[in-house]
Amino acid sequence: MIPFSQILGICAAVLVLFVVIELLRRRHLRERHAIWWFVAGLLALVAGVFPQTLEWSAELVGIEVPSNLIFFLSIAVLFMVCLQHSAELTELESKTRDLAEQSALLELRVRQLEAMASKPAAQDSTPNP
Amino acid sequence: MKLTFEQTVIVMPAFNEEECVADVVTEVLAALPGVLCLVVSDGSTDATAARAQAAGAVVVTLPFNLGVGAAMRVGFRYALDNGYQNVVQIDSDGQHNPAEVPFLLAELKEADLVLGARFAGAGTYSVRGPRRWAMTFLASILSRLVKSQLTDTTSGFRASGPKAVAIFAKHYPAEYLGDTIETLVIAARAGCTVKQVPVAMRPRAGGTPSHNPFKAGAYLARAFLALLFALMRPATLVHSERTVA
Repeated sequence: MIPFSQILGICAAVLVLFVVIELLRRRHLRERHAIWWFVAGLLALVAGVFPQTLEWSAELVGIEVPSNLIFFLSIAVLFMVCLQHSAELTELESKTRDLAEQSALLELRVRQLEAMASKPAAQDSTPNP
Repeated sequence: MKLTFEQTVIVMPAFNEEECVADVVTEVLAALPGVLCLVVSDGSTDATAARAQAAGAVVVTLPFNLGVGAAMRVGFRYALDNGYQNVVQIDSDGQHNPAEVPFLLAELKEADLVLGARFAGAGTYSVRGPRRWAMTFLASILSRLVKSQLTDTTSGFRASGPKAVAIFAKHYPAEYLGDTIETLVIAARAGCTVKQVPVAMRPRAGGTPSHNPFKAGAYLARAFLALLFALMRPATLVHSERTVA
C-alpha cells in the first residue's frame, strides 16, 4: 500500500511537469527559462516514485533527515532562477534604454526631415489657394 | 574659436525643468555664437521640450525617464552621427556658467576630457563635512588613475573631445554616479587624457546641497561601490578600445 503523502508528492511533480511542458508547447515559456523548472519537476517525480533514491542520496552527502535535502535543493533552484531573472532584467533594461535612445534620435530626425520637406511645399501652395 | 563653437554640441539633460530651461538655452546661445544647443528632455511631463525649442535649442525627447547617463549618451550619439567634434555637458538648472565653456574647449586641444572643477580656486562654492571627505577621497583615487590632478570628480560640467565622444557614444553608464565616476574610469582605461579647469559654480536655482551625515554616508558608499565596480570591469573596455581605434 502506497502512503497518501507519496501519492501527493507524485501528483505535485506531475502537475509541475505538465504545466512546464504545456507552457513550452504554447510558446509561453522559452527553453532556457524552462530548464530549471523542468529539472526540478523531474527530480521531484523521481523522488516521489522511488523514495529510496532520496534516502540514498541524502546518506551519500551526509544529510541525516532526507527531507532536508529536498529543502536544500529547492532553495538552491529558486535562488538560481531568481539570479537568472535579475540578470535578464538588467539586460532587458539596457536594451530598453538603447531602443529609447535610438527612437528619440530617429524622432528628431523625422521632425527635421518633415520640416525640410514642408518648407518648399508651403511656398508653392501659398500663391494659388 | 568661432570654428570650435561650430563643431561643438552643448548637451543639456533636462527632466521637468520648464522654469529655467529657456533662460539657460538663451544664455548659452548668446554666450557661444554658432554653437548647437541640444536639450535632451528625459521623459519630462511638463513643457520643457516646447520651451527649449522656442528658445532655439534642438530638442530630443526620450519616451520615459532614463537618467542623466542615457540623456548624455543620446547627446554623444547625436554628435557622432552629425559629425560634431566636441560635446559639452551643461546642467539645465543654470548651475554652470556658459561663459566658461571656452576655457574648457581651449583645454580640449591637449586633453580628451576636460572637467570644470568647483574646488580648484575659482568661485566660492564649498561643501563641508563627510560629503567633502567623500569627494576628496574619490578625487585622490581617480587622480592617480587618470594621472592628472583632479579635485572635483563628480562635476557635471565637462567637455569631451572627438576620441571621448566616440567612446561615450557606445559606453555611457546610466546608473547614479556611474555617469560621473565610471565615465572617468572608462576614459582613463581607453587611453584618454583627462584634465580639469577651475570654474565658478553658481548657486542652484532651487534647493541647497544637503549636509545630512546619513545622506553623506550613503553617498560615499554608493560612490565607493560605483568606483569599485568601474575598476572591476575590464572586458567591455578592451573591446571598446578596439572598436574605436
